[in-house]
Amino acid sequence: MGKRETFPLKQETDIVLIRQRVRKYAEEAKLGIVSQTKIVTAASEIARNALIYGGGGECVVEACSRDGRSAVYLCISDSGAGIADIDRAMVDGYTSGSGLGLGLSGAKRLVDAFAIDSAPGQGTRVELWKWR
Amino acid sequence: MVERIPILKMGNFLLLSIQVDMHDQLALDLQEDLTAQIVKHRSRGVLIDISALEIVDSFIGRMLSHIAQVSRILDAKVIVVGMQPAVAITLVELGLSLEGIATALNVEKGMRRLEKMVDDDMILEPESGEARDISVEAGD
Repeated sequence: MGKRETFPLKQETDIVLIRQRVRKYAEEAKLGIVSQTKIVTAASEIARNALIYGGGGECVVEACSRDGRSAVYLCISDSGAGIADIDRAMVDGYTSGSGLGLGLSGAKRLVDAFAIDSAPGQGTRVELWKWR
Repeated sequence: MVERIPILKMGNFLLLSIQVDMHDQLALDLQEDLTAQIVKHRSRGVLIDISALEIVDSFIGRMLSHIAQVSRILDAKVIVVGMQPAVAITLVELGLSLEGIATALNVEKGMRRLEKMVDDDMILEPESGEARDISVEAGD
């Protein structure tokens, strides 16, 4: 297992720090510039969701490999209200708040693998992978 | 952390270059500052350089759209210049098309375009005291 770090996600400035750290991991995994930008953008979207809708949580960033290719793994979790209808939350333009409703669906398009686990009262956990 | 993004006045225009990784409050403050400056200086155009931005997520994208919309209502044109190619690719895939926002590849081209946009707009404005067909304005 590669390098792994956990970052708190309690305030807006934590999103900036997470973006910077994800960028660093993506560079170290030798991802191309477009892939780097995509995983950093996806991290920003999911982290903001966890902060605004989930009341904050944490973000795990890990350097790993997938089928022999270097990869970046992210796990962003919160202990907020959770999502009752994940299918609906994944639709472009759907939002329970005031956003554009692109966070979840958009982030999924930007990464190579995406997993979401959530239930009412159980918080939300989103996992993202981007590989070389 | 940077507290404010500087806004420069140059003639009829306002120029700003976003050189830092913006946290959300900074983006919101920028919207407010810029709107106030447009009114204060009666600016006709705003050029926003984002060449140093390594990502534009939906929040920043929405901020740019808001700025363009509010500026339009305040009778100022906005142009966003210098977006990095990787950022543009990512934005489209994310689902943000930045519709209604004028863009240019760099500051020079952006400035020329902005000047033209403002000049074209001036032509539509009536000279003082001159009688004119009101339907021309209605079409604006």
